[in-house]
This record gives sequence, structure tokens and C-alpha cells, in this order.
Amino acid sequence: MPDLLLELRSEEIPARMQRKAAGDLRKMLTDGLVEAGLTYEAAREYWTPRRLALDIRGLTARSKDIREEIKGPSTTAPEQAVQGFLRKAGLSSVAEAHVHSDPKKGDFYVAHISKPGRAAEEIIAELVPGIIKSFPWPKSMRWGPASAKPGSLRWVRPLQSIVCTFGPETEEPVVVDFEIDGIRAGNVTYGHRFHAPGAITVRRFDDYVSKLEAARVVLDADRRKEIILADARNIAFANGLDLVEDEALLEEVSGLVEWPVVLMGEFERDFLTIPGEVIRLTIRANQKCFVTRPHGAAEDLSNRFVLVANIEANDGGKEIAYGNGKVVRARLSDALYFWKTDQGDLPDLDQLAESAAKFGLDLNKPLDQRMARLDHLNVTFHAKLGTQGERVARIKKLASQIVLRLSRQPNFFQGDQRSGATLDAERIGLHEAATRAAVLAKADLQTEVVGEFPELQGAMGRKYAALQGEDSAVANAIEEHYKPQGPSDYVPSHPVSIAVALADKLDTLVGFWAIDEKPTGSKDPYALRRAALGVVRLVLENEIDLRTHYSSGTVSLLGLFAASFVDHSIGLRLRGYAEYLQAAQKLEGVGLMPSGFQSEILDGLISQEAADKFEEGSADRYWETALSLLAFFHDRLKVYLRDQGARHDLIDAVITPQSDDLLQIVRRVEALGSLLDTDEGKNLLAGTKRAANILAAEEKKKKTLVAETVEPALFREDAEKKLYAAVNQAEKEAGQAIQNEDFSAAMLALSVLREPVDSFFERVLVNDEDQAVRANRLALLARIRAATDQVADFSKIVG
Amino acid sequence: MTIEIPAHMHPSRSFQGLILTLHNYWADYGCLILQPYDMEVGAGTFHPATTLRALGPLRWNAAYVQPSRRPKDGRYGENPNRLQHYYQYQVVLKPNPPNLQELYLGSLEAIGVDPLLHDIRFVEDDWESPTLGAWGLGWECWCDGMEVSQFTYFQQVCGIECAPVAGELTYGLERLAMYVQGVDNVYDLNFNGREGAEKVTYGDVFLQAEQEYSRHNFEFANTSMLLRHFEDAEAECKALLDAGTPKPSDNLAMHRMVFPAYDQCIKASHVFNLLDARGVISVTERQSYILRVRNLAKACGEAFLKTRAGGLAAA
Repeated sequence: MPDLLLELRSEEIPARMQRKAAGDLRKMLTDGLVEAGLTYEAAREYWTPRRLALDIRGLTARSKDIREEIKGPSTTAPEQAVQGFLRKAGLSSVAEAHVHSDPKKGDFYVAHISKPGRAAEEIIAELVPGIIKSFPWPKSMRWGPASAKPGSLRWVRPLQSIVCTFGPETEEPVVVDFEIDGIRAGNVTYGHRFHAPGAITVRRFDDYVSKLEAARVVLDADRRKEIILADARNIAFANGLDLVEDEALLEEVSGLVEWPVVLMGEFERDFLTIPGEVIRLTIRANQKCFVTRPHGAAEDLSNRFVLVANIEANDGGKEIAYGNGKVVRARLSDALYFWKTDQGDLPDLDQLAESAAKFGLDLNKPLDQRMARLDHLNVTFHAKLGTQGERVARIKKLASQIVLRLSRQPNFFQGDQRSGATLDAERIGLHEAATRAAVLAKADLQTEVVGEFPELQGAMGRKYAALQGEDSAVANAIEEHYKPQGPSDYVPSHPVSIAVALADKLDTLVGFWAIDEKPTGSKDPYALRRAALGVVRLVLENEIDLRTHYSSGTVSLLGLFAASFVDHSIGLRLRGYAEYLQAAQKLEGVGLMPSGFQSEILDGLISQEAADKFEEGSADRYWETALSLLAFFHDRLKVYLRDQGARHDLIDAVITPQSDDLLQIVRRVEALGSLLDTDEGKNLLAGTKRAANILAAEEKKKKTLVAETVEPALFREDAEKKLYAAVNQAEKEAGQAIQNEDFSAAMLALSVLREPVDSFFERVLVNDEDQAVRANRLALLARIRAATDQVADFSKIVG
Repeated sequence: MTIEIPAHMHPSRSFQGLILTLHNYWADYGCLILQPYDMEVGAGTFHPATTLRALGPLRWNAAYVQPSRRPKDGRYGENPNRLQHYYQYQVVLKPNPPNLQELYLGSLEAIGVDPLLHDIRFVEDDWESPTLGAWGLGWECWCDGMEVSQFTYFQQVCGIECAPVAGELTYGLERLAMYVQGVDNVYDLNFNGREGAEKVTYGDVFLQAEQEYSRHNFEFANTSMLLRHFEDAEAECKALLDAGTPKPSDNLAMHRMVFPAYDQCIKASHVFNLLDARGVISVTERQSYILRVRNLAKACGEAFLKTRAGGLAAA
């Protein structure tokens, strides 16, 4: 069967677009061929900076002839029906139709339609120009004299030639003849721009690849990657170094060369005082080079880097390595300048006093200065959620509340033999560290290095904090508060890091919920799903107890939502007033508002009455928002637990819309799971479900026939009495155990119900003739359901 | 083309030799060799020989050196790579010839960059000038990892679709010269290719000016005067465009005052750059200044299409 070779050669395609473009080309062409009635055995795409290529094997040479019959109306049908049939079948007169007979229906018309198959070449020649014209490049352009006219061809960069050959292995392939905007498909291509500038005539894929290779073009990008990686490792090894591998960079570099040649360059050791990450990113972002470490070193970099050239230079690459070294040096000089500048005083220090006072900052310290500046410049975080300064103030408050909760938990203190006074001092220290870390957490956004490399946020803050002598817990928390960034990222375990990390994420989540910008479908521009998963992982993997006890009850996440929501509401309200004031000023300026009105607005802002009104209206809105956010957390939690292997139905059984204690939910799921692993549990589940089903059927009836309470005097059977006693006992014990948060004990207490429930259903007929007895028995069943409901909604459990 | 170059005029020895070599190369190709525009501009693109001539259907091939001013890049002569005044070598070819990449590589060979010794690469870089309402696709051209030129296929200029597309090559002359001369500090470049007492360096010519202009740009430029100049240039540009607008009675609806109006657009742009360097423009104002210059450029471009040079055919 014939094979198809297609090459679209152009000027240099941006590296980031090549892989996808080649894949799109394969999909568009193979889909088109199949749709036109052809089949193929295999198709593979290739790309280099200057070409997209496609190798399709075993393509059928023609599409099949198509014959179909369209049934029409009876020969005795009215004229109108016959005309309708002719139109539909595309026949010009009834003479072109055939007449078929059927023993039941009699004679009727049938149209015989036949479409002859087409040669694959013809189909390809028609398909390819259409694909080129509608190709989904992220950005495309026009060029050359043809671009004088509207509708001229667009491509990612000027398209120079097309190779398109087709034919079986045993024969000389033919050029599929088509033309698009003056470019005619042929069998001529070109090799490496500098090493092999002459034309190459190709026949089919096999000689195409080998001729290109001879012309210093490695067609297969994955092979180029292998070559680069292997050579880079070798050159590093030969110099006593280890390559710092970087898959994304490797992918990009493989899209910048047709003939990879790995070389090593160097820079002065003095630059190694710059943090390794900064060096790596500087060299990577600007020069697309790899960095190396001394052999066996974990973090330190060496002053050698690996570059990938596109030629085998006449001098073995000396000039190239030297030239690249010069550019790297110039870039590292900039980086060194940034790194040093960030450790010095800001020029506008005299304007920062007010902001410094607001956050208790020490303007003798560089990072404190940057935070003051972040606030002073009113850098916007989000139009509706205010400035970064306001955000940091909120995070600080929230972190303070969270760390107070954490400092009650013994698992965050290593020794437990200490005196109360020592413990108290430690708690105070923890609180101070958490608020300090929160205040400095975003300061590095104002540093030069983070301005240049945003991905270093946090990591730079940590370094600068350590340099100005911050406590290590504070410095670490500045970096760790962004974590975890996903399902497999590292989860911080120090209470200071946890407090700031939770505060940052909760502030973001509550804020976006308060302004109603929740993720929808695949859109989650502020990565709120990731933030919520982060909270889930922080709480569960550190077993954090976030509860606060009030006389009216206990809250966990909901308490923190409320605190954050209040802060956000005040901010939203102030910003609303600020806009209002601005408008008022403008109106006053043009004489449309009596002067003095502004101060009335200001008075209104701080009056008790206004505050009360605000509180009234916001309470309902808050509750709605909080429950919606909690449901979002439940979804994240389910995904997380399912990934851990927990049963979906068990999670549903223990969650209610108000369940805000993530840790408790998990413990209940675990306890429930172990209960259901036992025979007692399985039978209890069956019994409880049976009871629930009977009750559900009864409760559907208009007249409720279930007694309000169980009346022991109406018991007739021993099994009834035993069950009643057991339910009372189990309910009490389970309730007690839940109070003590011992869910296993609660499950154990319930599991003893198995035997009395079983014998009840065995010996007692619920449907007694005496309505009072029946109602009483139903009430007893309701008690079983109530007892189990304490731990989970058994009706949601499958099985 | 083979021209015997004396050693002291060779690009590897002489800054002016580099310029002359490029002139020879592009003149031989068929470009008009134009002179720098006599106004302060931020880049070679601002020269009307590029901005305006890139518009309309007429053939246009030109090359020239353009002194370019970027007030914010002043470093008081202390940075070896950064200057507030530097030279761009600009080539504009409309429509772009199909072998523009080869022509460009030929120019590198002409100045002594051997593509089998040096690693020359075309790396994605999409050019955009918000103030000119212009954008195009192309590359930054790397020589051993250093960006030495910008290569752009103009798609839009003055907010108007280019038909046909023009190709623009911009060489950073100082960088390229540092490369071919093997010099690490721009001020050490040999300007005239002579040695000993006759040698003049780039620093001899420009160091003092860099120091003085840095002072001017950052410290002393009179901002209230500049703000006034911006308003004046903007108003004058609009007034000239109005005055030159074809009247309904004109036989041929030809605009009569595009180039003078465009000068005012250039002036506004440079004044804006100075104000920006003086730090008197806030982040939010910045956007609106850029937009104002862009509107002037757009109006000039539209007017240019109504002139003979813009392709308006005689009736």
C-alpha cells in the first residue's frame, strides 16, 4: 500500500509552537483522509525549527465506490410525493428511478445512487491546501508581494516550500500536484541552513530522513533531545560536574536547532555569590543554557554552563563558547546588581514611615523597607479586593488567629515535660513569629530579583529574611506560605509556616467568594481550587484542630471564614465609599453637589447606625457565601480522599452542608470504613437500611402512623424489649464517644445493635393488626435510624 | 560584490568601517542609502522612511543609520553596555523579498561573521511598538547567544494593515561592533580604525555626552516646559493634519501636509520619553500618554495613504 510524505518548510518556527503544530497537522490530515473514505495503517509527525513533516504509511490508493439505494413512495402515490422523492434523490425524472416490488407493499420507486471512488492523490491535493489555509497557529502572519492583496496566505512565518510525494514502496512515488499562493508542491527540500545549503530531491520518507541527516538535520525532535541530554551529561561528567537537568529547557532548546552540538562555557567564580536559583534562571531565561554543579553537590552551582549550538564550528566551538560566556557574564552582572540592590536601602525611604508604622516595620532592614514600599505604592492585588498592603494586613490578622489555635495543640511542641511558663513563652514566640512572617510574606514582590523572575517569589523573601537576621521559622514561613502548590507538593509542618500558609489561602478564597468570582468549569484564573486543596492538605496532613468553642456550639473553618469575611467586607465597603467620595468630589468640582456633602458621607461611614444596618444585611449574605465556600471545600476534600482510596459513599454519608471540621470528617470516614469491614457492621448496615426503608414507606403516607415516642408498655415480644434496651444503651454510648471524639468507640457502641436488630426483624412482625402496636414498633425503628445518624447517614452508603 | 577594504576600514577594526560596509552591502542590493532623520527619535523605525513608507502599495527599499535616544537608558557613562544615545542600522524592504533571511545573513558575512564559525540563530521575538500602533512577527537574531539584530515582518503600522508587508532589519550597531571588534566595553570601541595617536574611540566621541545627557534626562530637564511641549506638539500635529485634509472641491482627494504633521508626532513621542525618564508620569498616566501618541501616529498614517507616496494614483 502506498505511503505519503508531506513536508511544510518555513522560516524559523517558534520553539514553543512546534510540537503542537506537528500534532495538529497529523490530526487534520488523517481526519480528512478518513472522512474522504481512505484508511491508513500508521501516521507519525516530525518537526524541526524549519519544517513540519508527516509520514503516513499504508494509505489506500483510492476511496471505495459508494452505491446506495434510496427508497421512494409507491408507484401509485400522489404526484406530489413522487416529486418530493425525486428532489431528495437528485433525479431529474421518474424514468431514472427503478421500480421494486414487495409482496406486501406492492410496487414502489427506488433511486440507485452510485458515487465512484476517488484517487488518494486527488483527495490529498484537495485536502492539504485547505489545511494550510485554516491551520490553527496561535499567531500567524502575511508576507511578500502576495500580501498586497487581501486574503493572502497566512503561516507562522513565511512558508517556503512543500514536499508531497505518494506511492507504494515498490514503485517510484509521484509528486502530488497542488499549489497554494504560488507555492507548488514538489519533491525538493533543503538541509541545514549553513552546513548544507543545496537542494535535496527526495522520494519517500526513508530517503527523506537519511538525506536530511546527511545534510545535518536531525528530523526527530525526541532524538535531538536524547542527543542533547546525553552529550550534556557527558561533557559535564568529563569536567567533574553534574548537569542540572531541566526538561522544559531541553524541549525548548531542541526546537531551536536542527543539528545539536553541545559545548561548555564558563563565567567568573565571583558570580557564584548570587543564589543558585537566580543564576540558573538568568542563564536559562536569557541564554537557554543549562547550569551544572560540582560532581555530587546538592545545591551549589559550578561556574560552567552547557550550551547547545546549531553548527559544528570550524574551530570546534571555541568562539561560540567564548561569545556565549561573554553574554552570560553581562546577564549575571545584572543579576548580581539586582541581588545587591535588594539588600540595600531604597531611594524613597523617607516616604515610607507611615506604611512602616502601619505594619510595625523596622526601616533599618531591607526587606521591611520593601514591604513598606509595597504598601506605600498602593500596588493593586485585585481591583475589587484592594491593594497588596490591605491584603497583607488581613493575612496578618488571620494568621494570628490561626496560630493561637495551633499553639493549643501538643503536636506542635516537641517536649511535653516543660513547665507552664516555658510553654507560654514558646506560645508567645510562635505568635510573634507568625505575625512577623505574615507581614514580610509578600515583601519580596518589591525586590528587583522577583521583578525579573516572578517564579522566585517566596524563595527570595526567605533568603533576604535570613540575611537580615530573621528567625529561621520566619524566613522559612515566607517561602513556605505559598505551599503546597498542588496534590504532590511539599506540605509545610512548622506551625508558623502553617499559620501563614492557611491565612494566605483562606484570605484569597473568602475574598473571591465575597465578590462572587468563583471558579466555573475549566476556568479558575486565580487557582482557587489549588488554594482550597492546599488548605485541605495542610489541615489533614498536620492533623490541625481549628476549632473554637462557644457556648452555642463549636466552629472550625466557618469561624475563620467569618473572621476573614468581616475584614473583606470592611475593605469592600471602604472602597465603595472611596469611589463614592471621588465621584462626589468631581460633582462638587463642577458645582453639582453642595459642599459639605462629602463630610456627611464620611460621617455616615462611621456612624453606628450605618454599621448596624450593614451588619444586618450582611449576616444572611455571609451565611450563604460561607456555605457555598464550604461546599467547595467538600468537593476538594472528596477529590483528595478519593485519591487516597477512601470510598466516595462513606464521605457523602458523614458530610452535612455545615461540616466544617475537615479532620473530624476524615476520622468519621475512617471509623465508618472499619466498622463496615466487620460482619457486625455489614449486618447493622443491612438492618438499619431495612428499618429506614420501612420507615420511608410509612412516612410517605399521608397519615403518619409512626408513634412520636416509643412506649415500652406496648411491647409484646421479647425481641422488642431487648432492642429497645440496646438502642437506648448504644445511643447513649455512641453519643458519649462522639463527645470524646472517639469515633471508633462510637462505631463499636453501634455495632452491638447488630444482634438485637437482626432478631427483631427475625421474630417481630412490624405490621401488627393492632395499629397502636404497629405505630410503636415503627417508632422503635426510628430510634435505630436516629442512633446511627449520629455518626453517618447510613442511607447514603452503598451495599 | 568584492571591494578591497583597507585594514583600518575593516569592521573588525573600525566602527565607521562597520557602517560603511553595511552601506555598501545594502546599496549594492539596491537600497536607497538615506541619512539619519534630523529629529530625536527612540528607534530607527520612527524615521518616516520606515513608519510612513511601510504603508501603501509602493515599492520601497531603503537603508540608513539612525541615532536613537532612550532617555531612561542613561547610565552616566558607567555601564559598559547601556547608552541613552546609540546607533541603529535600519533596513526596510517593501515588499519583503522572499530571500530576506539569506540577504541578512549575507550582510553578517560581509562584516566578517562566518556562519560556520559563529552560531547564528533566529529566536522568536514578536515586535511591537505601542506608540506607533505597529506590530510584526519575526525574531531576534543571535550570534553566539548575543542578540545582534531584530528581524520583523511588519503586519501593521500606524494601526493600518501593511499591504504588502515590509521586512525590517534593525542592527544594534554598538553591540555588533563590540562583537566583531572583540571589545567588552562600548567606550573602548575603535571608532576610526586607526592606531596610536590617530586612534579615536567611541568613548572619545560620546562619553562626555552620555554623562551630560544622563544628568539632563534624569535631573535637569524642565518638566513643566516638557509637559507644555507635549501639548503643543499634539495640538500642532492635529492642526496640520486638519489643514492638509483634502477639500471636497479637490479633484484628487490628496492630503497636503503629512510629513510636517508626522514630525510633531515624533516630537510628542520623544518628549513623552523624557518625561518618563524624569519620573513625573505615573503608571496610569503612562498608558494615556502612549495612547495619545498612538492616535497621532494613526492619523498621520491614514493621511499618508492619501498622498502620492502613499500610493494615491494620479487621476
